[in-house]
Amino acid sequence: MKKTGAQIVVDALIREKIDVVFGYPGGVVLPLFDALYDAEKVKVILTRHEQAAAHAADGYARATGKVGVCIATSGPGATNLVTGIATAYLDSVPVVAITGQVATPILGTDAFQEADVVGITRPITKHNFLVKDVAELPGMIKQAFHIASTGRPGPVLIDVPKDVSVGMVDNYEYPSKVDMRSYRPNTVGHIRQIRKAADAMADAKKPLIYAGGGIIISGAHRELLELAEKTNIPVTTTLMGLGGFPGNHKLFVGMPGMHGSKAANFALQQTDLIVSVGARFDDRVTGHVASFAPNAKIIHMDIDPAAISKIISVDIPVVGDAKNVLAQLNKEVRPRRANGWNKTVAGWKGKKLFDYQPSKTEIKPQAVVEAVYRATKGKAIITTEVGQNQMWASHYYVFTKPRTLLTSGGLGTMGYGMPAAMGAALAIKDRPVIDIAGDGSIQMNIQELATISLNRIPVKVVILNNSYLGMVRQWQEMFFNRRYSSSCLRDGVLCDECKGPGKCKHVYIPDFIALAKAYDIEAFRATKPSEVDAVLKKGLAVKGPALMEFMVSKEENVFPMVPAGKPIDQIVEGQ
Amino acid sequence: MSTHTISVFVENRHGALSRIAGLFSSRGYNITSLTVAETEDPSTSRMTIVVAGDESVLEQVVKQLNRLIDVIKVIDFVKDPVIDREIILVRLDATKSTRHEIVSLASIFGGTVAAISPTSITIELTGTSQTIGDFISMVKPYGIKELVRSGKVAMAQARK
Repeated sequence: MKKTGAQIVVDALIREKIDVVFGYPGGVVLPLFDALYDAEKVKVILTRHEQAAAHAADGYARATGKVGVCIATSGPGATNLVTGIATAYLDSVPVVAITGQVATPILGTDAFQEADVVGITRPITKHNFLVKDVAELPGMIKQAFHIASTGRPGPVLIDVPKDVSVGMVDNYEYPSKVDMRSYRPNTVGHIRQIRKAADAMADAKKPLIYAGGGIIISGAHRELLELAEKTNIPVTTTLMGLGGFPGNHKLFVGMPGMHGSKAANFALQQTDLIVSVGARFDDRVTGHVASFAPNAKIIHMDIDPAAISKIISVDIPVVGDAKNVLAQLNKEVRPRRANGWNKTVAGWKGKKLFDYQPSKTEIKPQAVVEAVYRATKGKAIITTEVGQNQMWASHYYVFTKPRTLLTSGGLGTMGYGMPAAMGAALAIKDRPVIDIAGDGSIQMNIQELATISLNRIPVKVVILNNSYLGMVRQWQEMFFNRRYSSSCLRDGVLCDECKGPGKCKHVYIPDFIALAKAYDIEAFRATKPSEVDAVLKKGLAVKGPALMEFMVSKEENVFPMVPAGKPIDQIVEGQ
Repeated sequence: MSTHTISVFVENRHGALSRIAGLFSSRGYNITSLTVAETEDPSTSRMTIVVAGDESVLEQVVKQLNRLIDVIKVIDFVKDPVIDREIILVRLDATKSTRHEIVSLASIFGGTVAAISPTSITIELTGTSQTIGDFISMVKPYGIKELVRSGKVAMAQARK
């Protein structure tokens, strides 16, 4: 079949079962958008900024497990994708980014809107391609989808010069299979290693399961639950792993690390065996590495051999996909009875994993998250921005199902939540999709209110407005002698005599309610604790998008907290 | 610190070299030398990389190299005996009176004359890094006009 490069891309998207793409047109990518104009099976969502297109593709991918696709033009279009691609890379999210590029004869001449996007994205993609000849295009797209979605998933970028997208292939055929001699990820665990792991688990007196985002990516939540219940081993999951194990299970001890629960951090420091699966011992988890889990033997199950012994020296490495490896392990492990260790851990856990000082006069941000949980009966998909909003969402919403918390854990990207919620809401129709945001983060991609409004994407935005970059302010309070340098969002020309939070002369800008209305989005504000439930009820009842703003206590901090670089049992409990 | 010689088989494609070089630079690993050329199979290139670092760092290097999509195989010659060679071209100041001396010195090392002019002589020499180093220090007093050194190529010794 005769097809142009642009038509080949569209046909490939259809064959890869991509029903929605997020993009922004421009000069050299116009042939592709022209081909998409006729593609009934592929819906194109025009975002208002390319960064949002990348995050939306990422949100779509995290919510569904399918590959998310974003499209941008060359130069600034492509560089605007960079933050979104890096976000997907650090959290191992399958995204295919397609960028236009100047025509091959003028590559490297500093042509209009030319940037070496393959060079720029090399360290933040799993792989990338510059297509130099239209004949290579079908194979490269097939490989791109294969690489993005297999092994440890990640973003793949395909850079398509203009002469390639208008170039013609006479007998086009989309490859049905991929065989790459240099890429064959190992997905099944070595049985000898699995048996060693089972033996170590039988010998351990104080074992702890430490599970990460790999559980969710591979769909291993049932296998994880079976392992935990069979062995009665307490479970901590990382931020990326929340929802991979029921947050209301008696064996669950919360997430570990800088803002982890006391139970998880104490358990990690005292355990004699860490059973790690699909987690990577990130520095926000380990704290001071040399004093991390001093008494523990470590089993590390991961699909990425390079993740093993990268940070922490591992005793029993197992390379493979979490679902396969846990299924293998479940056949080998011996049942274990709850013992004194379980009691100790349960003691640390207490009645609640996280707690705060309630208030009758001020809206507490934590109380808003709890109210969101009650109002949605725990059935929502929650996206977050980054900062205090992200930590409160992770502490006070109880995640019981995989793919229900979409958050930028690795890169920590502010502005992620709303576009990611767009992507998720376009794919998942039977659950509310809620972005829990701070008033700082939400402004980083606020322009997407237009996308949400015009496409009637039912995203609900919950803004916890404390008029600060709250996490920055918290660090400045704790480590910089309360010098709130550039963290107050009311800061302006009248601030010469700052009298502190709540006493300032500036009104808050923008008025989010008026702003939402300007975008034709229904919006509601709560200023008193008594208004919280009513505002949520109204906002969630809206059929399309809605924005809810909660004027929360200004100097609330996220606790517990382990100061950066300290051992994780040196917890500051606060208030 | 120890020094490792690593062979990397990669797809012979544009961008493969910069991916590998980028991997080293982004992690702060310093490449001591790197050579690359096509193998008997034109779709595969073989690189020999010499890199210095802690054992744990080098273990990471090998894992990270394996992780690159274009990389087919990585061999770290840490335990196996290897055959390794470098080549140099060195142009020395040479007059009628020193020319013979230089040629006979080169021949002791197995070097040959690559070019000659009224004021200089260019020697070509292949050998281990040690041999090359020794030769350079021997000829230095004659005056080195220009020197180019290839970096190491290496393969494992045949099993007996």
